[in-house]
Amino acid sequence: MHDVLLAAQAAGELKEGLSAIGAGIVYGAAAIGPGIGIGIVVGNAITAMARQPEMAGQVRTTMFLGIAFTEALALFGFVLFFLAKG
Amino acid sequence: MVAASGSRPAAHERRIAGHLAWHALVVAPAVILVAGLLRGVAGALSAAIGLALVALNFLVSARLIAWAAETSPSFVQGAVLGGFVIRLGVLSGIVLLLDQLAFVDVAVLVLTIAVTHLALLTWETRSVSLTLAAPGLKPGVEPGFGRRAKLEKE
Repeated sequence: MHDVLLAAQAAGELKEGLSAIGAGIVYGAAAIGPGIGIGIVVGNAITAMARQPEMAGQVRTTMFLGIAFTEALALFGFVLFFLAKG
Repeated sequence: MVAASGSRPAAHERRIAGHLAWHALVVAPAVILVAGLLRGVAGALSAAIGLALVALNFLVSARLIAWAAETSPSFVQGAVLGGFVIRLGVLSGIVLLLDQLAFVDVAVLVLTIAVTHLALLTWETRSVSLTLAAPGLKPGVEPGFGRRAKLEKE
């Protein structure tokens, strides 16, 4: 009887630990993609501003929106992390 | 960044972030009402906090990008990526702290943050894309008429 209780407790702890690891992986993976995406957006925006400084206003407007949209992907991972964490 | 004419371009990011924060205020009553009906007082309060965090996130991001772009173009990449990491960390820290409070519904809070972030951006992008393509087609602007058109001219 004691062994059964210990096994049940261990299974519960294992499940809890695995869900915490899963939540961490989701959050980390969801932050990597947007990091790369933001790097690409900003890199291209800087190239565009260097080539056509007179268009800097429009480029910066588009860059800001691009960055914000890319950040939304990280926020999805952020939501999943908190929902998985329970 | 310094424009070709030698004058500094206006801080477009701040203007867009101001629009986004204003739109967040406009949709706030509806979002809070829906969250309140679905999840009670805790849901309504969490939705309000979520909206405030989204608006604050946009404003901080815009200020950082505008400051970096006006300082030096070579500084933009580092400032934007560093800002992204720091803002995401701060946002997570705030939500983890709020998670400890009994009157906060974390599921509503995080869902409000993600959904309103995307919805507000989509709303603003529609306006911005039309403005960039043809200023006269900007939604809600009668060419040459109205308070908004007057503000645009200024």
